Amino acid sequence: MSETASAKAAPARAPRQELETAVVRFAGDSGDGMQLTGGQFTLTTALAANDLATFPDFPAEIRAPAGTTYGVSAFQINFGGRRIKTAGDAPDVLVAMNPAALKVNLKDIKEGGLVILDTGSFTERNLQKAGYEKDPIEDGTLDGYRAVKIDISKLTLEAVKAQELSKKDALRCKNLWTLGLIYWMYGRKRAATKAWLEKKFAKRPELAQANIAAMDAGHAFGETAEMPAEIGGFTIQEADIQPGLYRTVTGSEALAWGLVAGTELAGLKMTFASYPITPASGLLHTLARLKSFGVVTFQAEDEIAAVCAAIGASYAGTLGVTSSSGPGLALKMEAIGLGISVELPLVIVNSQRAGPSTGLPTKTEQSDLFQAVWGRNADSPLAVIASRSPSDCFDAAIEAVRIATKYMTPVILLTDGYIANASEPWRIPDANNFTPMPVTFRTDPEGFKPFLRDPKTLARPWAVPGTPGLEHRIGGIEKDHESGHISYDPANHQKMTATRAAKIQGIANDIPAQTVELGPSKGRLAIVGWGSTYGPIDRAVANLLEEGLEVSHIHLRHIWPLPANLKSLLEGFDQVLVAEMNNGQLSTLLRSQYLLPIEGLNKVSGQPFKIAEIEAAIHARLEK
Amino acid sequence: MNVTTPLEKLTPKDFATDQEVRWCPGCGDYAILKAVQKTMPELDVPRENIVFVSGIGCSSRFPYYMATYGFHTIHGRAPAFATGVKLANPDLSVWIVTGDGDGLSIGGNHLLHILRRNVDVQILLFNNEIYGLTKGQYSPTSRLGTRSPSTPTGSIDNPLSPTEFALGAGARFVARGIDTQQKYLPDLFKRAHAHAGASFVEIFQNCIVYNDGVFTEFTDKAAAEDHQIHVEHGKPLRFGKDGAKGLRVKPGSFDLEIVTPSENGVTDADILLHDETSHTLANLLAAMQPPHFPMAIGVLYCNPIESYTARISQQIEEAKAKAPLGDLNALLQSGHTWRVSD
Repeated sequence: MSETASAKAAPARAPRQELETAVVRFAGDSGDGMQLTGGQFTLTTALAANDLATFPDFPAEIRAPAGTTYGVSAFQINFGGRRIKTAGDAPDVLVAMNPAALKVNLKDIKEGGLVILDTGSFTERNLQKAGYEKDPIEDGTLDGYRAVKIDISKLTLEAVKAQELSKKDALRCKNLWTLGLIYWMYGRKRAATKAWLEKKFAKRPELAQANIAAMDAGHAFGETAEMPAEIGGFTIQEADIQPGLYRTVTGSEALAWGLVAGTELAGLKMTFASYPITPASGLLHTLARLKSFGVVTFQAEDEIAAVCAAIGASYAGTLGVTSSSGPGLALKMEAIGLGISVELPLVIVNSQRAGPSTGLPTKTEQSDLFQAVWGRNADSPLAVIASRSPSDCFDAAIEAVRIATKYMTPVILLTDGYIANASEPWRIPDANNFTPMPVTFRTDPEGFKPFLRDPKTLARPWAVPGTPGLEHRIGGIEKDHESGHISYDPANHQKMTATRAAKIQGIANDIPAQTVELGPSKGRLAIVGWGSTYGPIDRAVANLLEEGLEVSHIHLRHIWPLPANLKSLLEGFDQVLVAEMNNGQLSTLLRSQYLLPIEGLNKVSGQPFKIAEIEAAIHARLEK
Repeated sequence: MNVTTPLEKLTPKDFATDQEVRWCPGCGDYAILKAVQKTMPELDVPRENIVFVSGIGCSSRFPYYMATYGFHTIHGRAPAFATGVKLANPDLSVWIVTGDGDGLSIGGNHLLHILRRNVDVQILLFNNEIYGLTKGQYSPTSRLGTRSPSTPTGSIDNPLSPTEFALGAGARFVARGIDTQQKYLPDLFKRAHAHAGASFVEIFQNCIVYNDGVFTEFTDKAAAEDHQIHVEHGKPLRFGKDGAKGLRVKPGSFDLEIVTPSENGVTDADILLHDETSHTLANLLAAMQPPHFPMAIGVLYCNPIESYTARISQQIEEAKAKAPLGDLNALLQSGHTWRVSD
């Protein structure tokens, strides 16, 4: 990092320092608008041509009592002039809007990092609520950090005086004051946020003006050298980004659009039936606004009704889609078994969260792999795939639709709370380049038998009500392997069980061979991941490859069936380490399938892996 | 929309499948099946547009015996599957067949919600006041004290009235019938089909094996006249031999009472006329229980409002009018975007 003076820097102060990347965490009370602040900083940073990744981390309580540690809401962003793959390990900058935010977040901050505090909120009462016996500003807690103490509350009240708001409303502009300061710090433009505020508060222009005034005042505070002299601004180069049209996208959005794209490519309409549950509801909210795409959304009375309605909709010739999180998926399982038995297409999105039971609804985990692959009564196979990042949800959703319709099967798409809520820049694909995957309904009554299969895919015909001459009955009782009539014949059940398994296994020949993301395709150590661990694994492996270590990254999209070549690929490594946010589910699955000595690196704290944790695990294994 | 070919007039036989009917000999379900098969040709709906959806239980085997589309699903959830079918294709004529266990015990929640939403389906609830397929345990409609394998000393929970449940859930069409009454059942089914919205029909159905004769008090030929009242919109609520008895509001109360015109100064004009649009009257009729009152049979309540299915279609049409259909690129490029050039 070379220190080059920026032309814009005020002469009396430290010059703008050039950085490759930076990690900033905004933390405050859940009522302080930290998620909005983070969202605006994300947009503006993307517009400045930096690559980025974010991590919103908020409490389960909608409005936890103000000032408490469990009411702290945070938003972390990692951005820079190179490819950004995670939301960053230790933040360089913490903005703490109250003592509780400091208490919860300080331990994560990089040694020597910048801590910006609103001293106006460090009242005796707030200190007490945060559990501080002494004022951390005075007692040495902040030794080892560069603390910037600003009475943001007071400065905000001054900045919005002209709008004559109530004190409560005026103080709600604090987050914009802070955002203005951080904008100055990283040389960001305020125009996009100004436009956003004007739109958001179109009906209450005084609030728009107040928020803009607060943002401008925060910016001016930095600009006019009211900041401590040793703290200058930073410059971050534009990232070397592939040319194209970009936007930021959250996992929920990309998933919704991917489902819309997938069903259009299949020539179908979508019926989306769901029941609200954290962190999956975003998908329902996004799709509910896409009625013009022929999407019917249905908020069912419970998780069971949601999946049943989706299956009913598939039966009647649209693509039924349902979504939930772990506990809700458990409720849906009997119906998913019916979907497997009657062999209808169905996409089930599971935004995983920490468990068991209610667990930690807003915290992320990958602990539903077993539930997805094996969590039903009887031998009831289906396809399971996983998305690795917010934007990857788009492609994963299309793949789920492809498999569900081509193989007439339920498909579980695993994402997680982190992916659903996090955002990243996305190079928008051109829909004209997508490959159509049209579905053909059976219409010919000649020789029609509901369970007579396509010899290649083993899929049965999709014959929808309304088609003359194809009237037939299906159900959850075992069916004759051709006519679909009820059959208690022992040999038939043996055959049907084997056929259902073979159909799903056959998908392995219709998915890309497993490749290595980074590093050699055989060697000393492979780190295997799936889902949202992609970012930290990839960055850690990239870092250590640069150091000359012999390590590779393999990342699975297809969890079940596994890619046909995966076993031979893994056999090419002396050691295989599966890094996952559970107690060892993929590692167990791989060991059971391949009888290979596969190790697990497991984390279940509700937080994503840090790059450093994976680097340490790699070092430990290569230095054995 | 579906392509439908004009069919020559179908007969009840055209709605029978080649599957062997596996209900116990003498089961009331046979009579209901016969009445449904008799009704179908008269609906003027192409056979391919008819779907029977069921849950689990004796009654839920029904779809296998209808030569229409049929979906035998899982226990209690038929209303949810049927809702999905209607969401996907509102043009289908969807019939749910359920029982007192399937519909009111494990599936009570879904029955409640399909009724309040007013999804355009017909719901036939076969009430035999017992679990048949699991071999005779008591059900949510079993009378207090019912002795069964799971209640050897008599059941202690209060029974539920399906018809009162449906009225309470906000159903806009509620009717009652008796399995053996071939004369009345097809008309009830036709009325249920004609009603756009959720139509609920409770059918008293005799389980010959586990609960035989539980309804004889009012279904027996000898008892029928005095213990059934067949209600018809706009007609006096009369029953008994030659319609000698009638119902009126008991003076000074909100209750019904049985009166005989020409006795005690009661005249024909005192007898209530059935008003099937009155929710209050429907509740009073539904609550009547033998032996003190006759069992009300027929369309107790029919007061249509716009169906859920119609409202969904309307919202979709409005959305399409605002944003022309299907431009995926416009969707992906909506909101803030920026271009990175070479």
